[in-house]
Amino acid sequence: MIKTAILTLFLLQQAPAENVDWDKEFGVEERVRDPETGEFPVEPYQQSNENAGAKPFQGEQLPAAFGGREGIQKIADRTVELSEADPRISDIFVSHDMVRLKRTLGEQFCYLLGAGCDYSGRDMRTAHAGLGATKADLNALVENLQKAMREAKVPFADQNKLLSKLAPMSKDVTER
Amino acid sequence: MRKIVLISGCMVSAFCASVAQAEELEWFEGDKLVLTNGASTVEGASGGGIATWATISGLEMDNGVGVSAHITAIDLPDFGFQSHGVSIGIKNRVELSYARQNFDTRDVGEALGLGQGYVFNQDVFGAKVRLFGDMVYGDPLLPQVSVGVQHKRNLDGPVVRAVGAADDEGTDYTISATKLFLRHSILMNATVRYTNANQTGLLGFGSASGKGHTVQFEGSIAYQLSRRAVIGAEVRTKPDNLDLGEDDWIDLFAAYAISDNITVTAAYADLGSIATFEDQRGAFLSAQLAF
Repeated sequence: MIKTAILTLFLLQQAPAENVDWDKEFGVEERVRDPETGEFPVEPYQQSNENAGAKPFQGEQLPAAFGGREGIQKIADRTVELSEADPRISDIFVSHDMVRLKRTLGEQFCYLLGAGCDYSGRDMRTAHAGLGATKADLNALVENLQKAMREAKVPFADQNKLLSKLAPMSKDVTER
Repeated sequence: MRKIVLISGCMVSAFCASVAQAEELEWFEGDKLVLTNGASTVEGASGGGIATWATISGLEMDNGVGVSAHITAIDLPDFGFQSHGVSIGIKNRVELSYARQNFDTRDVGEALGLGQGYVFNQDVFGAKVRLFGDMVYGDPLLPQVSVGVQHKRNLDGPVVRAVGAADDEGTDYTISATKLFLRHSILMNATVRYTNANQTGLLGFGSASGKGHTVQFEGSIAYQLSRRAVIGAEVRTKPDNLDLGEDDWIDLFAAYAISDNITVTAAYADLGSIATFEDQRGAFLSAQLAF
């Protein structure tokens, strides 16, 4: 049915005049990546570690289990890459700034695990607004994070400690 | 031109997707995290092996339908206890289950005057509804809470009445709270059951002398070794309506998800005294297939 609708719409399209700047017609502003960070700009917001959504763990054991700051960032990167390639949830990331996502997710994990980072991203509700994620999507993301942690040889009990910080945020990151 | 087609295509598909979301259930998507559908109890409901949990069977999440099937055998010194059944989970909200229990009395059948290898049979029809909470997500101290009803029909009416039961039919009511405490990798469940079943109904319901429903408790604690492996213990209190010395049940279990769809559970089960035959301890083996 969707295909028929798209096909109908396609057939109904009139050949547009040449030389029309459609971005201008529709008021689309072209987004330009910051040459230094490679990220798209976002609306200004108040930066705070509270945006990370939970209090961090204390102690050295967890950061070590995750391979320190570097290891944590690798796990975040891998989680994002797995999710981007995951047919269950890849649609969610289509128009997403993956450069920024990798950085902020890495910061969030690093902050929550008590590895000494500050979280500079937006709060969970704002960052996930309009994504329309479900709990089923969340489960897929958890599986990808678990895979990334498994590959990094993080002991299972420590994997669950990170999940214990993230799981209570479910209400702020899902919409349906 | 291409851009416009893409935009209108997206709008249409987004619209269609949201309509589909509201109306259509996804079948067998397998969206649940592995093991969060629980194992299958001998009564057909999802849970541990002998304790019903607040879990909903099947691998569906909020907009899907899932199913599961199980077969369980408990080999005891004097008896063979076998259960098999099916269950359907709807939107991770409602669970409907059916189980058949067969209880082989082997040599004891003759000693009890029932005949060698006499088998007690029972059908259990269950329904469970998740009221609130999520065993994995949300407030770390708010458990997933479900209420359930299990209607049991013993197929050996004359025999269970002869043993002293008041009825060959009975209904259990349960309320369960389950939570996975991720920080400690520990899952806990507590269930209160309002029941008049003797040996879960295999020996009928209530007693001719007037004993009826009482409140019983089921507790489970499990430790997650990995995404796929869990070990734990369960206890289930039981009434002694027939004055036969019916004992509480205990088990120590290990469950392993061989794949996302197949979970096997092995346990050491202590079912105590059954029909005056003491020390019924043995191996509990169960396999569950879920989608």
